[in-house]
Amino acid sequence: MTIGGHFTYFVTIFLLIAGLFILIARGNLIKKLVGLGIFQTSVYLLYIAPGKLVGGTAPILADAFTVYSNPLPHVLILTAIVVGVATLALGLALVVRIRESYGSIEEDELLAADTAEAARETAALR
Amino acid sequence: MKNDLILRVIVKLFVPFILLFALYVQFHGDYGPGGGFQAGVILAAAVILYALIVGLDEARVFVPDWIVESMMALGVLLYAGVGVAGLVLGGNYLDYFVLAHEPVDGQHRGIFWVEMGVAVTVSGVMLKVFYMFAERGQDAEDDA
Amino acid sequence: MVLMAATVVVMAFSRDLFSVVLLSGVYSFLMATVMVAMDAVDVAMTEASVGAGISTVLLLGALHLCQSRESRPAHRPWLPLAVSLAVGGLLVYGTLGLPEFSDPGAPIHTHVAPRYLNEMKTEVDVPNAVTAVLASYRSFDTLGETTVVFTAGAGVVALLRRRRKDGRP
Repeated sequence: MTIGGHFTYFVTIFLLIAGLFILIARGNLIKKLVGLGIFQTSVYLLYIAPGKLVGGTAPILADAFTVYSNPLPHVLILTAIVVGVATLALGLALVVRIRESYGSIEEDELLAADTAEAARETAALR
Repeated sequence: MKNDLILRVIVKLFVPFILLFALYVQFHGDYGPGGGFQAGVILAAAVILYALIVGLDEARVFVPDWIVESMMALGVLLYAGVGVAGLVLGGNYLDYFVLAHEPVDGQHRGIFWVEMGVAVTVSGVMLKVFYMFAERGQDAEDDA
Repeated sequence: MVLMAATVVVMAFSRDLFSVVLLSGVYSFLMATVMVAMDAVDVAMTEASVGAGISTVLLLGALHLCQSRESRPAHRPWLPLAVSLAVGGLLVYGTLGLPEFSDPGAPIHTHVAPRYLNEMKTEVDVPNAVTAVLASYRSFDTLGETTVVFTAGAGVVALLRRRRKDGRP
């Protein structure tokens, strides 16, 4: 294995780590969703890169070409992209509702508001 | 943005071409890159562009809520319907070979209707989600 | 690809959410360009339209509704950094076992794909291999995906539907 040959995979893994980092380390909910999106797109690259054949062409049959890149990952990733945007839409709708209920979308403030609410309820029960 | 003349003129020039491109991508999905998903998203993008520049209410006159909501469901029903048609005509669920006299023609027909169903649902959902977000923004401005 | 890595690093450390959203649009567009270089034309078209178009519009819409700037993180990000780097290290170790980039003898190219590409002319007669596989050979997956998209739309409608003041939904 050569380093040059695996460069694509290394960049993909770097993007994956970056997406994971944004997802875990940042408290703002919208930024977390953006990090999730970066994570997802790096996984798409991880699937498509092994399907490529140098010297091949796009997988559309034509008489002039004989070598094609593998169409199977393309199909799976097409589905994955559309499902990804569907989850993004749903996640953003949730964030909008959270903002309206709690007044903020920072994770720390949400956690504090929830624990305060729980403490108030247990105090009221006693 | 309603009063910016250049944007309005450009949008009125561009939107027909974008819609035409969406139809091209849909129907040429067999012969070149494209297909249902891309066509649906481009169609939704054309209407979203119109709504962004000219105004949400004007866009709602052209593509009212009931059309968008029915589009969301009709696409999935169309897809499932193609499957049931396969069952009714004697094959398996979503079997395309029985849809026409020649098996290969059946494939063409099946793929055509299936991609149509996908495009309708995808464009309906994208547009509806945009309408929901924009409507919420309008309500927030009205309340404030 | 180096450009994408740079974009992502700037995105991670920027705190103005508007610029983060725009950078995500740029990132999606760069990803689409890389995919064209990988001969994945259908995927590139979908990623460009969906990622750079619809995602950016939705994020901007949500940003307009939420109107916030990210506040200073309360904890130092050492633990998440360590976790991310550990995961990355494991993955790098995993990719060392992968076949060479663009190796025709790799398992991905010898299992089912040649059968699809070779039999397509006689069975389906549609030149676009991706459409043929998506709509014909694997159309159950596409049915599921369409249902997922519909469910997401229905979910957003359920979450964001607002009752008007006079009681009409």
